[in-house]
Amino acid sequence: MIKVLFFAQVRELLGTDRIEIPAREGETADSLRQQLAARDDKWARVLGSDKLLVAVNQTLCQWNTQLTDGDEVAFFPPVTGG
Amino acid sequence: MTDTDLVLVQSGDFSVAHEYARLADDPADGAVVTFVGKVRDFNDGSEVTGLTLEHYPGMTEKVLQQIAQEARGRWPLNRLTLIHRVGSLQLGEQIVFIGVSSAHRKAAFDACEFLIDFLKTRAPFWKLEQGQQGRRWIDARDSDAQAAEAWTSAQQSTEHSSLEHSSSEHSSVEKEA
Repeated sequence: MIKVLFFAQVRELLGTDRIEIPAREGETADSLRQQLAARDDKWARVLGSDKLLVAVNQTLCQWNTQLTDGDEVAFFPPVTGG
Repeated sequence: MTDTDLVLVQSGDFSVAHEYARLADDPADGAVVTFVGKVRDFNDGSEVTGLTLEHYPGMTEKVLQQIAQEARGRWPLNRLTLIHRVGSLQLGEQIVFIGVSSAHRKAAFDACEFLIDFLKTRAPFWKLEQGQQGRRWIDARDSDAQAAEAWTSAQQSTEHSSLEHSSSEHSSVEKEA
């Protein structure tokens, strides 16, 4: 399974902070995003944002990053701390 | 992380005097530079009454430690402190503390600025603002991204120029990159 986390506006707009989905062969951060975006209009709109960031195992990553079973993937908007 | 680094993510406040004392107690250092970020009462023209800081537990600490290591790779630093608060904050409260000590002021000033620039664009914190017109998530600023980008370009151009100067510097340049 892949643990998927959502933060800030992404979490609020989706109405959930985490889901688990089965790991698929050849999955990348981008294909996971597309799979989730296909759920409905709301998911498509939130995960389709061109500002969306992705972290794999708590490290910011490129969209072509390969995923494997047991990974923790997080989707979130640009950070605004400090 | 070394014992000279202190990285904390906490809901409680911090004491600048206490943090300064830790940074400043080594006589080898001639310079201590600190920065404190606070909740201010306006943002993009609208009035702010308070703030909630969300973060990504686990990743936050990891990124802050990476940023600290990156600063150490660029400047000769002794003590280094990064403290970031999370949760609900009132107007005027302290959000973030950054402090470094070094033998010389230039390294301390530059490292402190680098640390806040990188923290603002890399560390997974998000601000939710409360104001008279309700609540809203703060948008990331292009100017913050540009400030962090400038450090990356600055290092690249330094590497290029030292490559041009002599081939004997080549190995040390590669090590830095």
